[in-house]
Amino acid sequence: MGWKLIRAYTLLVYLFMFLPVAVVVLLSFNASQFGSFPMTGFSFRWFVELAGNEAILRAFRTSLLLGALTALISTTLGVLASLALVRYDVPGRNLISTLLIAPILVPEVVLAVALLLFLNFLSINKSFFLLLMGHVIFTLPFVILVVQARLVGIRRDYEEAALSLGASPVQAFFQITLPLLAPAVFAGMLFAFTISFDDITGTLFWKPGGVETVPTQIFAMLRNSISPEINALGTVMIFLTVGLPLLGLAVARRMALQRGG
Amino acid sequence: MSVEARERRQPWILLSPALTAVGLLLFVPLIFIVVYSFWLRTATGADQAGFYLDNWQEALTDPFYRDILLGTLRIAAITTIVCAVMGYPAAYFIARSRGNKALLLLLLMLPFWISYIIRTMSWINILGVSGAVNWALLNLGIVSEPLQMLYNEPTVILGLVHFLLPFMVLNVYVALEGIDISLEDAACSLGSTRWQAFREVTLPLSLPGLAAGGLLCFVLSAGTYITPLVLGGPTDAMFANLVFEAIITQLNWPLGSALSLMLLAVLGALVLVYNHYLGMGQLMKGLG
Repeated sequence: MGWKLIRAYTLLVYLFMFLPVAVVVLLSFNASQFGSFPMTGFSFRWFVELAGNEAILRAFRTSLLLGALTALISTTLGVLASLALVRYDVPGRNLISTLLIAPILVPEVVLAVALLLFLNFLSINKSFFLLLMGHVIFTLPFVILVVQARLVGIRRDYEEAALSLGASPVQAFFQITLPLLAPAVFAGMLFAFTISFDDITGTLFWKPGGVETVPTQIFAMLRNSISPEINALGTVMIFLTVGLPLLGLAVARRMALQRGG
Repeated sequence: MSVEARERRQPWILLSPALTAVGLLLFVPLIFIVVYSFWLRTATGADQAGFYLDNWQEALTDPFYRDILLGTLRIAAITTIVCAVMGYPAAYFIARSRGNKALLLLLLMLPFWISYIIRTMSWINILGVSGAVNWALLNLGIVSEPLQMLYNEPTVILGLVHFLLPFMVLNVYVALEGIDISLEDAACSLGSTRWQAFREVTLPLSLPGLAAGGLLCFVLSAGTYITPLVLGGPTDAMFANLVFEAIITQLNWPLGSALSLMLLAVLGALVLVYNHYLGMGQLMKGLG
Protein backbone atom coordinates (compact mmCIF):
# COMPACT_ATOMS: atom_id res chain seq x y z
CA MET A 1 0.00 0.00 0.00
CA GLY A 2 2.65 2.49 1.15
CA TRP A 3 4.79 1.97 -1.90
CA LYS A 4 1.89 2.61 -4.30
CA LEU A 5 1.12 5.82 -2.43
CA ILE A 6 4.72 6.99 -2.78
CA ARG A 7 4.63 6.16 -6.47
CA ALA A 8 1.46 8.18 -7.03
CA TYR A 9 2.95 11.04 -5.02
CA THR A 10 6.13 10.97 -7.10
CA LEU A 11 4.09 11.03 -10.26
CA LEU A 12 2.32 14.15 -9.01
CA VAL A 13 5.66 15.78 -8.19
CA TYR A 14 6.92 15.09 -11.71
CA LEU A 15 3.68 16.43 -13.17
CA PHE A 16 4.11 19.58 -11.10
CA MET A 17 7.61 20.00 -12.51
CA PHE A 18 6.76 19.41 -16.15
CA LEU A 19 3.14 20.35 -16.75
CA PRO A 20 3.67 24.14 -16.80
CA VAL A 21 6.59 23.73 -19.20
CA ALA A 22 4.56 21.42 -21.41
CA VAL A 23 1.82 24.05 -21.54
CA VAL A 24 4.36 26.61 -22.78
CA VAL A 25 5.30 24.28 -25.65
CA LEU A 26 1.65 23.48 -26.37
CA LEU A 27 0.54 27.11 -26.46
CA SER A 28 3.41 28.10 -28.72
CA PHE A 29 1.68 26.13 -31.48
CA ASN A 30 -1.67 27.78 -30.79
CA ALA A 31 -3.22 29.32 -33.87
CA SER A 32 -5.24 31.80 -31.79
CA GLN A 33 -3.96 35.33 -31.67
CA PHE A 34 -3.88 35.42 -27.86
CA GLY A 35 -1.33 33.51 -25.88
CA SER A 36 -3.87 31.52 -23.96
CA PHE A 37 -6.46 28.78 -23.95
CA PRO A 38 -8.38 27.52 -25.80
CA MET A 39 -6.20 26.04 -28.51
CA THR A 40 -7.90 27.04 -31.74
CA GLY A 41 -5.65 25.07 -34.03
CA PHE A 42 -2.10 23.99 -34.73
CA SER A 43 0.13 26.60 -36.29
CA PHE A 44 3.75 27.66 -36.71
CA ARG A 45 2.79 31.31 -37.09
CA TRP A 46 4.42 32.37 -33.81
CA PHE A 47 7.71 30.80 -34.79
CA VAL A 48 7.54 32.57 -38.13
CA GLU A 49 6.84 35.83 -36.36
CA LEU A 50 9.71 35.10 -33.99
CA ALA A 51 12.10 34.64 -36.89
CA GLY A 52 11.15 38.10 -38.14
CA ASN A 53 11.51 39.86 -34.79
CA GLU A 54 14.75 41.81 -35.02
CA ALA A 55 14.99 42.46 -31.25
CA ILE A 56 14.74 38.76 -30.44
CA LEU A 57 17.22 37.77 -33.12
CA ARG A 58 19.66 40.34 -31.76
CA ALA A 59 19.15 38.95 -28.25
CA PHE A 60 19.84 35.47 -29.57
CA ARG A 61 23.08 36.53 -31.21
CA THR A 62 24.18 38.27 -28.00
CA SER A 63 23.34 35.22 -25.88
CA LEU A 64 25.12 32.83 -28.24
CA LEU A 65 28.27 34.94 -28.40
CA LEU A 66 28.26 35.51 -24.64
CA GLY A 67 27.66 31.84 -23.91
CA ALA A 68 30.37 30.68 -26.31
CA LEU A 69 33.01 33.09 -24.98
CA THR A 70 32.04 32.29 -21.38
CA ALA A 71 32.34 28.57 -22.08
CA LEU A 72 35.74 29.03 -23.71
CA ILE A 73 37.28 31.16 -20.95
CA SER A 74 35.60 29.43 -18.03
CA THR A 75 36.51 25.96 -19.25
CA THR A 76 40.12 26.92 -19.92
CA LEU A 77 40.50 28.28 -16.39
CA GLY A 78 38.50 25.43 -14.91
CA VAL A 79 40.34 22.59 -16.64
CA LEU A 80 43.76 23.98 -15.68
CA ALA A 81 42.69 24.40 -12.05
CA SER A 82 41.07 20.96 -11.94
CA LEU A 83 44.23 19.35 -13.33
CA ALA A 84 46.23 20.94 -10.53
CA LEU A 85 43.75 19.83 -7.87
CA VAL A 86 43.34 16.26 -9.08
CA ARG A 87 46.83 15.48 -10.39
CA TYR A 88 49.08 17.17 -7.85
CA ASP A 89 49.49 17.07 -4.14
CA VAL A 90 48.76 20.74 -3.58
CA PRO A 91 49.23 22.02 -0.05
CA GLY A 92 46.00 23.56 1.26
CA ARG A 93 43.86 21.82 -1.33
CA ASN A 94 40.64 22.16 0.68
CA LEU A 95 41.09 25.88 1.12
CA ILE A 96 41.83 26.31 -2.59
CA SER A 97 38.77 24.26 -3.55
CA THR A 98 36.58 26.36 -1.27
CA LEU A 99 38.01 29.59 -2.72
CA LEU A 100 37.38 28.40 -6.26
CA ILE A 101 33.77 27.42 -5.62
CA ALA A 102 33.11 30.54 -3.52
CA PRO A 103 31.26 32.27 -6.39
CA ILE A 104 28.35 29.85 -5.95
CA LEU A 105 28.33 30.24 -2.18
CA VAL A 106 27.83 34.00 -2.49
CA PRO A 107 24.27 34.98 -3.49
CA GLU A 108 24.34 35.96 -7.14
CA VAL A 109 22.79 39.37 -6.42
CA VAL A 110 25.66 40.21 -4.07
CA LEU A 111 28.24 38.98 -6.57
CA ALA A 112 26.53 41.06 -9.25
CA VAL A 113 26.59 44.22 -7.15
CA ALA A 114 30.20 43.77 -6.03
CA LEU A 115 31.50 43.15 -9.55
CA LEU A 116 29.47 45.99 -11.08
CA LEU A 117 30.58 48.57 -8.52
CA PHE A 118 34.22 47.47 -8.43
CA LEU A 119 34.70 47.44 -12.19
CA ASN A 120 32.88 50.74 -12.39
CA PHE A 121 35.36 52.11 -9.85
CA LEU A 122 38.08 50.98 -12.25
CA SER A 123 36.25 52.98 -14.96
CA ILE A 124 34.97 49.84 -16.67
CA ASN A 125 31.34 50.68 -17.30
CA LYS A 126 28.45 48.38 -18.01
CA SER A 127 29.52 46.67 -21.19
CA PHE A 128 29.76 43.36 -22.95
CA PHE A 129 33.14 42.92 -21.28
CA LEU A 130 31.64 43.33 -17.79
CA LEU A 131 28.86 40.90 -18.72
CA LEU A 132 31.46 38.39 -19.91
CA MET A 133 33.57 38.71 -16.75
CA GLY A 134 30.46 38.21 -14.64
CA HIS A 135 29.40 35.11 -16.52
CA VAL A 136 32.92 33.66 -16.34
CA ILE A 137 33.12 34.06 -12.58
CA PHE A 138 29.84 32.42 -11.73
CA THR A 139 30.15 29.56 -14.23
CA LEU A 140 33.73 28.73 -13.15
CA PRO A 141 32.76 26.80 -9.97
CA PHE A 142 30.32 24.59 -11.89
CA VAL A 143 32.94 23.85 -14.54
CA ILE A 144 35.49 22.97 -11.85
CA LEU A 145 33.04 20.63 -10.08
CA VAL A 146 32.03 18.85 -13.28
CA VAL A 147 35.54 18.59 -14.72
CA GLN A 148 37.03 17.40 -11.42
CA ALA A 149 34.41 14.69 -11.11
CA ARG A 150 35.37 13.43 -14.58
CA LEU A 151 39.12 13.81 -14.11
CA VAL A 152 39.18 11.58 -11.05
CA GLY A 153 38.11 8.73 -13.32
CA ILE A 154 41.01 9.15 -15.77
CA ARG A 155 44.10 7.18 -14.83
CA ARG A 156 47.48 8.80 -15.02
CA ASP A 157 49.27 5.70 -16.26
CA TYR A 158 48.94 6.57 -19.96
CA GLU A 159 50.57 9.93 -19.47
CA GLU A 160 53.39 8.39 -17.43
CA ALA A 161 53.87 5.69 -20.06
CA ALA A 162 54.21 8.37 -22.75
CA LEU A 163 56.72 10.29 -20.63
CA SER A 164 58.78 7.19 -19.90
CA LEU A 165 58.79 6.37 -23.61
CA GLY A 166 60.46 9.69 -24.30
CA ALA A 167 57.63 12.12 -24.99
CA SER A 168 58.18 15.66 -23.75
CA PRO A 169 55.66 16.88 -21.13
CA VAL A 170 54.10 19.16 -23.76
CA GLN A 171 53.80 16.29 -26.23
CA ALA A 172 52.37 14.02 -23.57
CA PHE A 173 49.79 16.65 -22.67
CA PHE A 174 48.59 17.38 -26.18
CA GLN A 175 48.77 13.83 -27.54
CA ILE A 176 47.70 11.77 -24.54
CA THR A 177 46.15 13.80 -21.74
CA LEU A 178 44.08 16.24 -23.77
CA PRO A 179 42.33 13.59 -25.89
CA LEU A 180 41.54 11.67 -22.69
CA LEU A 181 40.28 14.90 -21.16
CA ALA A 182 38.07 15.71 -24.12
CA PRO A 183 34.80 14.43 -22.61
CA ALA A 184 35.47 16.39 -19.40
CA VAL A 185 36.32 19.55 -21.35
CA PHE A 186 33.25 19.08 -23.49
CA ALA A 187 30.99 18.59 -20.46
CA GLY A 188 32.46 21.69 -18.78
CA MET A 189 31.93 23.85 -21.86
CA LEU A 190 28.36 22.65 -22.30
CA PHE A 191 27.61 23.33 -18.66
CA ALA A 192 29.13 26.81 -18.73
CA PHE A 193 27.32 27.64 -21.96
CA THR A 194 23.92 26.55 -20.64
CA ILE A 195 24.29 28.39 -17.35
CA SER A 196 25.40 31.54 -19.12
CA PHE A 197 22.64 31.22 -21.72
CA ASP A 198 20.01 30.94 -18.97
CA ASP A 199 21.24 33.59 -16.60
CA ILE A 200 19.13 36.61 -15.78
CA THR A 201 19.90 37.53 -12.15
CA GLY A 202 23.40 38.84 -12.74
CA THR A 203 22.80 39.81 -16.36
CA LEU A 204 20.20 42.46 -15.48
CA PHE A 205 22.83 44.18 -13.32
CA TRP A 206 25.68 43.99 -15.81
CA LYS A 207 24.11 44.48 -19.21
CA PRO A 208 24.49 47.90 -20.81
CA GLY A 209 21.31 49.73 -21.82
CA GLY A 210 19.95 48.48 -25.14
CA VAL A 211 21.75 45.15 -24.98
CA GLU A 212 19.47 42.21 -24.26
CA THR A 213 20.15 38.51 -23.86
CA VAL A 214 17.35 36.04 -24.54
CA PRO A 215 16.26 35.78 -20.85
CA THR A 216 16.30 39.56 -20.32
CA GLN A 217 14.40 39.97 -23.60
CA ILE A 218 11.73 37.54 -22.37
CA PHE A 219 11.66 39.40 -19.06
CA ALA A 220 11.16 42.72 -20.86
CA MET A 221 8.40 41.21 -23.02
CA LEU A 222 6.61 39.91 -19.91
CA ARG A 223 6.16 43.50 -18.78
CA ASN A 224 3.50 43.91 -21.44
CA SER A 225 1.47 40.75 -21.48
CA ILE A 226 2.18 37.13 -22.19
CA SER A 227 2.02 36.76 -25.95
CA PRO A 228 2.20 33.51 -27.93
CA GLU A 229 5.51 34.84 -29.19
CA ILE A 230 6.99 34.44 -25.69
CA ASN A 231 5.75 30.86 -25.58
CA ALA A 232 7.33 30.23 -28.97
CA LEU A 233 10.60 31.74 -27.78
CA GLY A 234 10.34 29.57 -24.67
CA THR A 235 9.90 26.49 -26.85
CA VAL A 236 12.98 27.37 -28.89
CA MET A 237 14.96 27.92 -25.66
CA ILE A 238 13.80 24.60 -24.22
CA PHE A 239 14.80 22.84 -27.41
CA LEU A 240 18.23 24.51 -27.37
CA THR A 241 19.02 24.01 -23.69
CA VAL A 242 17.52 20.54 -23.33
CA GLY A 243 17.94 19.09 -26.80
CA LEU A 244 21.54 20.19 -27.31
CA PRO A 245 22.89 18.91 -23.97
CA LEU A 246 21.12 15.60 -24.46
CA LEU A 247 22.76 15.40 -27.86
CA GLY A 248 26.05 16.37 -26.25
CA LEU A 249 25.63 13.71 -23.60
CA ALA A 250 25.09 11.10 -26.29
CA VAL A 251 28.16 12.28 -28.21
CA ALA A 252 30.29 12.34 -25.05
CA ARG A 253 29.16 8.85 -24.10
CA ARG A 254 29.99 7.65 -27.59
CA MET A 255 33.44 9.20 -27.43
CA ALA A 256 34.05 7.67 -24.02
CA LEU A 257 32.86 4.27 -25.23
CA GLN A 258 35.09 4.34 -28.28
CA ARG A 259 38.08 5.25 -26.17
CA GLY A 260 37.32 2.83 -23.42
CA GLY A 261 36.49 -0.01 -25.84
CA MET B 1 65.69 24.40 -11.73
CA SER B 2 65.51 20.91 -10.30
CA VAL B 3 62.82 18.46 -11.36
CA GLU B 4 61.28 18.52 -7.87
CA ALA B 5 61.08 22.29 -7.83
CA ARG B 6 59.39 22.26 -11.20
CA GLU B 7 57.00 19.58 -10.05
CA ARG B 8 56.17 21.74 -7.04
CA ARG B 9 55.60 24.84 -9.11
CA GLN B 10 53.49 23.26 -11.81
CA PRO B 11 50.17 23.05 -9.91
CA TRP B 12 50.45 26.70 -8.96
CA ILE B 13 50.97 27.69 -12.58
CA LEU B 14 47.86 25.70 -13.47
CA LEU B 15 45.87 27.19 -10.60
CA SER B 16 46.94 30.80 -11.01
CA PRO B 17 44.54 31.86 -13.80
CA ALA B 18 41.48 30.56 -11.93
CA LEU B 19 42.63 31.89 -8.56
CA THR B 20 43.42 35.28 -10.10
CA ALA B 21 39.98 35.41 -11.68
CA VAL B 22 38.19 34.54 -8.44
CA GLY B 23 40.38 37.00 -6.54
CA LEU B 24 39.91 39.91 -8.91
CA LEU B 25 36.29 39.30 -9.84
CA LEU B 26 34.91 38.17 -6.48
CA PHE B 27 37.06 38.74 -3.40
CA VAL B 28 38.50 42.16 -4.23
CA PRO B 29 35.05 43.42 -5.35
CA LEU B 30 33.53 42.13 -2.09
CA ILE B 31 36.16 43.98 -0.05
CA PHE B 32 35.55 47.00 -2.25
CA ILE B 33 31.81 47.13 -1.48
CA VAL B 34 32.57 46.84 2.23
CA VAL B 35 34.58 50.07 1.89
CA TYR B 36 32.01 51.57 -0.47
CA SER B 37 29.17 50.98 1.99
CA PHE B 38 30.75 53.59 4.29
CA TRP B 39 30.80 56.24 1.57
CA LEU B 40 27.99 58.64 1.04
CA ARG B 41 25.89 59.39 -2.02
CA THR B 42 25.51 63.17 -2.00
CA ALA B 43 22.56 65.13 -3.34
CA THR B 44 24.55 65.99 -6.46
CA GLY B 45 24.91 62.30 -7.26
CA ALA B 46 28.64 62.16 -6.60
CA ASP B 47 30.07 59.76 -4.03
CA GLN B 48 31.68 61.24 -0.95
CA ALA B 49 34.52 58.96 0.10
CA GLY B 50 35.04 58.61 3.82
CA PHE B 51 33.79 56.75 6.82
CA TYR B 52 30.10 57.48 7.23
CA LEU B 53 27.75 55.21 9.11
CA ASP B 54 24.62 56.67 7.47
CA ASN B 55 23.96 53.79 5.03
CA TRP B 56 24.37 51.16 7.70
CA GLN B 57 22.20 53.13 10.09
CA GLU B 58 19.50 53.35 7.45
CA ALA B 59 19.78 49.69 6.43
CA LEU B 60 19.81 48.38 10.00
CA THR B 61 17.25 50.61 11.72
CA ASP B 62 14.67 51.50 9.05
CA PRO B 63 11.66 49.24 9.77
CA PHE B 64 10.95 49.12 6.02
CA TYR B 65 14.16 47.17 5.37
CA ARG B 66 13.76 45.05 8.50
CA ASP B 67 10.22 44.00 7.56
CA ILE B 68 11.21 43.05 4.03
CA LEU B 69 14.23 41.12 5.34
CA LEU B 70 11.99 39.17 7.74
CA GLY B 71 9.42 38.65 4.99
CA THR B 72 12.16 37.32 2.70
CA LEU B 73 13.37 34.88 5.34
CA ARG B 74 9.80 33.72 5.93
CA ILE B 75 9.22 33.13 2.20
CA ALA B 76 12.53 31.26 1.97
CA ALA B 77 11.62 29.12 5.00
CA ILE B 78 8.17 28.21 3.64
CA THR B 79 9.68 27.43 0.22
CA THR B 80 12.28 25.17 1.83
CA ILE B 81 9.69 23.29 3.89
CA VAL B 82 7.39 22.80 0.90
CA CYS B 83 10.34 21.57 -1.17
CA ALA B 84 11.27 19.09 1.57
CA VAL B 85 7.73 17.79 1.92
CA MET B 86 7.31 17.43 -1.84
CA GLY B 87 10.84 16.32 -2.60
CA TYR B 88 11.64 13.74 0.06
CA PRO B 89 9.09 11.07 -0.94
CA ALA B 90 9.96 11.56 -4.61
CA ALA B 91 13.68 11.14 -3.88
CA TYR B 92 12.89 8.06 -1.79
CA PHE B 93 10.90 6.60 -4.65
CA ILE B 94 13.71 7.18 -7.16
CA ALA B 95 16.36 5.76 -4.83
CA ARG B 96 14.40 2.61 -4.03
CA SER B 97 12.81 2.16 -7.43
CA ARG B 98 13.69 -1.04 -9.25
CA GLY B 99 12.15 0.33 -12.43
CA ASN B 100 13.69 2.79 -14.82
CA LYS B 101 15.88 4.72 -12.40
CA ALA B 102 18.04 6.24 -15.13
CA LEU B 103 15.01 7.76 -16.83
CA LEU B 104 13.64 9.15 -13.55
CA LEU B 105 17.02 10.71 -12.81
CA LEU B 106 17.32 12.17 -16.30
CA LEU B 107 13.87 13.72 -15.95
CA LEU B 108 14.93 15.11 -12.60
CA MET B 109 17.96 16.78 -14.20
CA LEU B 110 15.98 18.24 -17.11
CA PRO B 111 14.57 21.25 -15.23
CA PHE B 112 18.15 22.39 -14.56
CA TRP B 113 18.51 22.85 -18.28
CA ILE B 114 15.23 24.69 -18.76
CA SER B 115 15.56 28.41 -18.40
CA TYR B 116 14.56 29.80 -15.01
CA ILE B 117 12.66 32.71 -16.54
CA ILE B 118 10.65 30.36 -18.75
CA ARG B 119 9.80 28.03 -15.88
CA THR B 120 8.75 31.04 -13.83
CA MET B 121 6.61 32.65 -16.51
CA SER B 122 5.05 29.29 -17.40
CA TRP B 123 2.77 29.70 -14.37
CA ILE B 124 1.14 32.70 -16.02
CA ASN B 125 -0.16 30.25 -18.65
CA ILE B 126 -1.61 28.11 -15.88
CA LEU B 127 -2.91 30.59 -13.31
CA GLY B 128 -3.32 33.80 -15.28
CA VAL B 129 -6.67 35.45 -15.98
CA SER B 130 -6.75 33.68 -19.37
CA GLY B 131 -4.75 30.68 -18.18
CA ALA B 132 -5.58 26.99 -18.17
CA VAL B 133 -7.24 26.88 -14.74
CA ASN B 134 -9.54 29.84 -15.37
CA TRP B 135 -10.41 28.51 -18.80
CA ALA B 136 -11.42 25.17 -17.29
CA LEU B 137 -13.38 26.77 -14.44
CA LEU B 138 -15.24 29.08 -16.83
CA ASN B 139 -16.11 26.24 -19.19
CA LEU B 140 -17.31 24.02 -16.37
CA GLY B 141 -19.50 26.87 -15.23
CA ILE B 142 -17.93 26.92 -11.77
CA VAL B 143 -17.11 30.62 -12.03
CA SER B 144 -18.57 33.31 -14.24
CA GLU B 145 -15.64 35.72 -13.97
CA PRO B 146 -12.00 34.67 -14.25
CA LEU B 147 -10.35 34.41 -10.84
CA GLN B 148 -7.37 36.60 -10.02
CA MET B 149 -4.96 33.98 -8.74
CA LEU B 150 -1.59 35.47 -9.65
CA TYR B 151 0.60 38.22 -8.25
CA ASN B 152 0.58 37.47 -4.55
CA GLU B 153 2.88 35.87 -2.02
CA PRO B 154 1.62 32.30 -2.50
CA THR B 155 2.36 32.46 -6.24
CA VAL B 156 5.86 33.76 -5.47
CA ILE B 157 6.36 30.73 -3.23
CA LEU B 158 4.87 28.47 -5.90
CA GLY B 159 7.32 29.80 -8.48
CA LEU B 160 10.25 29.35 -6.08
CA VAL B 161 9.23 25.79 -5.19
CA HIS B 162 8.92 24.95 -8.89
CA PHE B 163 12.42 26.36 -9.49
CA LEU B 164 14.13 24.79 -6.44
CA LEU B 165 12.43 21.41 -6.03
CA PRO B 166 14.96 19.57 -8.26
CA PHE B 167 17.81 20.76 -6.00
CA MET B 168 16.04 19.22 -3.00
CA VAL B 169 15.18 15.94 -4.70
CA LEU B 170 18.69 15.54 -6.05
CA ASN B 171 20.40 16.13 -2.70
CA VAL B 172 18.09 13.79 -0.80
CA TYR B 173 18.47 11.20 -3.55
CA VAL B 174 22.28 11.32 -3.32
CA ALA B 175 22.07 10.77 0.44
CA LEU B 176 19.54 7.93 0.17
CA GLU B 177 21.59 6.25 -2.55
CA GLY B 178 24.51 6.07 -0.12
CA ILE B 179 22.51 4.15 2.50
CA ASP B 180 22.76 0.39 2.40
CA ILE B 181 19.25 -0.90 1.73
CA SER B 182 19.95 -4.00 3.81
CA LEU B 183 20.00 -1.82 6.95
CA GLU B 184 16.26 -1.35 6.65
CA ASP B 185 15.79 -5.07 6.01
CA ALA B 186 17.88 -5.86 9.06
CA ALA B 187 15.71 -3.59 11.22
CA CYS B 188 12.62 -5.32 9.87
CA SER B 189 13.96 -8.79 10.51
CA LEU B 190 14.66 -7.69 14.07
CA GLY B 191 10.98 -6.99 14.51
CA SER B 192 10.38 -3.36 13.54
CA THR B 193 7.71 -2.41 11.02
CA ARG B 194 8.65 -0.91 7.64
CA TRP B 195 7.62 2.52 8.87
CA GLN B 196 9.63 2.16 12.10
CA ALA B 197 12.64 0.99 10.11
CA PHE B 198 12.33 4.01 7.85
CA ARG B 199 11.87 6.45 10.73
CA GLU B 200 14.67 5.13 12.90
CA VAL B 201 17.24 4.03 10.34
CA THR B 202 16.84 5.54 6.88
CA LEU B 203 15.47 8.96 7.79
CA PRO B 204 18.25 9.86 10.27
CA LEU B 205 20.90 8.62 7.84
CA SER B 206 19.45 10.77 5.04
CA LEU B 207 19.28 13.96 7.10
CA PRO B 208 22.60 15.34 5.76
CA GLY B 209 21.13 15.23 2.25
CA LEU B 210 17.93 16.87 3.43
CA ALA B 211 19.99 19.57 5.14
CA ALA B 212 22.10 20.16 2.01
CA GLY B 213 18.98 20.44 -0.14
CA GLY B 214 17.36 22.69 2.44
CA LEU B 215 20.36 25.01 2.57
CA LEU B 216 20.39 25.35 -1.23
CA CYS B 217 16.64 26.01 -1.38
CA PHE B 218 16.79 28.56 1.42
CA VAL B 219 19.83 30.47 0.17
CA LEU B 220 18.70 30.50 -3.46
CA SER B 221 15.15 31.61 -2.67
CA ALA B 222 16.28 34.27 -0.20
CA GLY B 223 18.55 35.78 -2.86
CA THR B 224 16.05 35.99 -5.71
CA TYR B 225 14.45 39.10 -7.16
CA ILE B 226 13.18 37.81 -10.49
CA THR B 227 10.40 35.54 -9.17
CA PRO B 228 8.71 38.33 -7.16
CA LEU B 229 8.93 40.61 -10.21
CA VAL B 230 7.27 38.04 -12.47
CA LEU B 231 4.82 36.30 -10.12
CA GLY B 232 4.44 38.74 -7.23
CA GLY B 233 2.35 41.85 -6.75
CA PRO B 234 3.59 45.35 -5.93
CA THR B 235 3.83 44.55 -2.21
CA ASP B 236 5.68 41.25 -2.60
CA ALA B 237 9.19 42.67 -2.97
CA MET B 238 11.92 40.56 -1.46
CA PHE B 239 15.21 41.78 -0.06
CA ALA B 240 17.12 41.33 -3.32
CA ASN B 241 14.53 43.58 -4.99
CA LEU B 242 15.59 46.35 -2.62
CA VAL B 243 19.20 45.82 -3.65
CA PHE B 244 18.21 45.96 -7.31
CA GLU B 245 16.16 49.13 -6.71
CA ALA B 246 18.98 50.86 -4.85
CA ILE B 247 21.64 49.96 -7.41
CA ILE B 248 19.83 50.10 -10.75
CA THR B 249 16.89 52.46 -10.22
CA GLN B 250 18.01 54.91 -7.53
CA LEU B 251 21.71 54.61 -8.35
CA ASN B 252 22.46 54.90 -4.63
CA TRP B 253 25.45 52.62 -4.77
CA PRO B 254 26.78 53.08 -1.24
CA LEU B 255 23.36 52.17 0.20
CA GLY B 256 23.06 49.29 -2.27
CA SER B 257 26.45 48.03 -1.06
CA ALA B 258 25.28 48.06 2.55
CA LEU B 259 22.06 46.22 1.66
CA SER B 260 23.96 43.59 -0.37
CA LEU B 261 26.33 43.01 2.51
CA MET B 262 23.39 42.60 4.90
CA LEU B 263 21.98 39.88 2.68
CA LEU B 264 25.42 38.29 2.40
CA ALA B 265 25.88 38.39 6.18
CA VAL B 266 22.53 36.73 6.92
CA LEU B 267 22.89 34.00 4.30
CA GLY B 268 26.63 33.63 4.91
CA ALA B 269 25.99 33.03 8.61
CA LEU B 270 23.61 30.24 7.65
CA VAL B 271 26.21 28.66 5.36
CA LEU B 272 28.81 28.88 8.12
CA VAL B 273 26.52 27.22 10.67
CA TYR B 274 25.79 24.50 8.14
CA ASN B 275 29.49 24.09 7.38
CA HIS B 276 30.34 23.90 11.08
CA TYR B 277 27.95 21.03 11.74
CA LEU B 278 27.88 19.15 8.44
CA GLY B 279 30.80 20.34 6.32
CA MET B 280 30.67 21.14 2.63
CA GLY B 281 31.16 17.55 1.48
CA GLN B 282 27.49 16.63 1.22
CA LEU B 283 26.68 19.82 -0.65
CA MET B 284 29.46 19.19 -3.18
CA LYS B 285 28.23 15.63 -3.69
CA GLY B 286 24.83 16.96 -4.60
CA LEU B 287 26.22 19.58 -6.96
CA GLY B 288 28.77 17.42 -8.69
